[in-house]
Amino acid sequence: MTAIVKLEGVTRTYVRGKEEIKVLDDIDLTIERGDFVALMGPSGSGKTTLLNLVGGIDQPTSGSVEVVGERLDRLSSKALAKWRAAHIGFVFQFYNLLPVLTAERNVELPLLLTKLKRAQRKANALTALKIVGLEDRANHKPGELSGGQQQRVAIARAIVADPDLLVCDEPTGDLDRSTADEILDLLELLNREHGKTIIMVTHDPKAASHARHTLQLDKGGLVAAAPA
Amino acid sequence: MSRLSLVWSSLFRRKIRTLLTLLSVVVAFLLFGLLRSVADAFTVGVDIAGVDRLVVSPKYSIIDPLPIAHLNQIAAVSGVTAVTQAGWFGGIYQDRSKFFPKYPVDPRGYFELYPEYRIDPAQLDAFAATRIGAVAPKQLAEEFGWQIGDRIPIEADIWPKRGGDRNWEFELVGVYDAPTLEVQPVEFLFQYDYFDEARQYGTGGVGWFIVRVDDPAHSAEVARTIDALFENSPNATRTATEAEFAMQFANQVGDIGLMMTGILGAVFFTILLLTANTMAQALRERIPELAVMKTLGFTDVGVATLVLGEAMLLCLLGGMFGLCIAVALEHQIAIAIKGILPTFSISAGTLIMGALLAAGLGIAVGLVPALRARRLAIVDALRGH
Repeated sequence: MTAIVKLEGVTRTYVRGKEEIKVLDDIDLTIERGDFVALMGPSGSGKTTLLNLVGGIDQPTSGSVEVVGERLDRLSSKALAKWRAAHIGFVFQFYNLLPVLTAERNVELPLLLTKLKRAQRKANALTALKIVGLEDRANHKPGELSGGQQQRVAIARAIVADPDLLVCDEPTGDLDRSTADEILDLLELLNREHGKTIIMVTHDPKAASHARHTLQLDKGGLVAAAPA
Repeated sequence: MSRLSLVWSSLFRRKIRTLLTLLSVVVAFLLFGLLRSVADAFTVGVDIAGVDRLVVSPKYSIIDPLPIAHLNQIAAVSGVTAVTQAGWFGGIYQDRSKFFPKYPVDPRGYFELYPEYRIDPAQLDAFAATRIGAVAPKQLAEEFGWQIGDRIPIEADIWPKRGGDRNWEFELVGVYDAPTLEVQPVEFLFQYDYFDEARQYGTGGVGWFIVRVDDPAHSAEVARTIDALFENSPNATRTATEAEFAMQFANQVGDIGLMMTGILGAVFFTILLLTANTMAQALRERIPELAVMKTLGFTDVGVATLVLGEAMLLCLLGGMFGLCIAVALEHQIAIAIKGILPTFSISAGTLIMGALLAAGLGIAVGLVPALRARRLAIVDALRGH
């Protein structure tokens, strides 16, 4: 196994008015390729901040963040954007689909950043929708889909460019139990069958039980790492 | 899906709002196309060469009369084959809303200069022979239900009679039309001799002379000769084509070009505010979406370009539709105002200027939202800050 995520001495502080808030404090973390890791902890423990750093949408105040072999803390905003497009798939709690686009077009969106031809983009988007079991909803807009279906579309969007790593921020936080289980089963399938490395932030122990490992965060520090 | 279709979808996320904004841009550019062309028509130079009929008017102000004595001097200019006079009477028939131009003329001279006007010879004889006689365009007579022999009362607003009486009465002795012309004549004509004898002041003055030259190739030379003839007199002249004369006449109401520019300035300033507000509102509603796009790998510049593209698309679409409607209406409007603005047309220059203005408007309204979108920090935007 090789490390896909390697954090060393990562600290992240925010300034709110005159106050400096340390959200992450001297984090060292390694995640192996092909792993499925659940990040747990109370609100304000720094879970989402850690996920944002790994996903390349935030930068550390100090320390090094190496993901898929790239030192993210050294990349410019433009280079980070290109890197995210190539290596990371994001899944959000509230799906964050574009309401004006159909499911197929939402899934196709990341492929606009590739050199694929239109027909190939469409084919790839439909394949991703098929993987999440929504090929028959390709022409529906998000407003015409249930919460679970919208999250499946979001997952299809996250995997369509074949990223190395999926970062999921409370992917089941807005769903009922049975729909949440379907989504978690899907993530497990993507990890097991398609070899996707997944890092998932969750408050829900049942959701975390689908992961191979669980990391506990508290007050900006890692307090425990254990198999799920 | 292409980036353009992505921009298109985003632009029409709120269809009613976008369509109403688009409609206002369309109207602005329709006005631009028409008013800019009107302003152009007032400033365009009309080539004097190649026309066989010229108008000699006062050099400095159209309200200064020219002496009727100029007529014989003009007639003596080499190349002039005929000359007659006309003038502006003003006057009110029934009320001011029923306005039509009324000219005191020399009956035979006037119809000789305008062979395209058709009048029954017997009626022309009656016009020449009847001291208070008048002829009206056929359309005007039909509009007011005038019959031959009717007395037409006109109240003077410029030219009272001797003794201060403001009521003039003319006897309709004929009607005329111009079957070969697209635009029918509108002038109510009456005897200059009667008018000149009966008016309270200004005796011996005329508004302008109409001159026919023997060869259109000589027009420019004849015009120069006539103007040189009176250059150092108190009644200097300016000889021009009928088209240019008509424009000078219309320009008496003020600087039309400046007025048009002022109106367009106000229209576009309003459109700028309206469209900028729409774009700013659209951006506010979509901040999380734009953050998601950045998360997916769209660069800051890429997202800013999409936002700017929406503003550009809105303004270019509005501009294109507005200018197309203006072009579609051009012919009808040109016919309707040919009497006042014979050179009205929508030029390629106006269309190019309109396209550039649309692009400029797009940049003006889209730049600030685009810069905001560019600066958007993903983490803050996703948190809803």
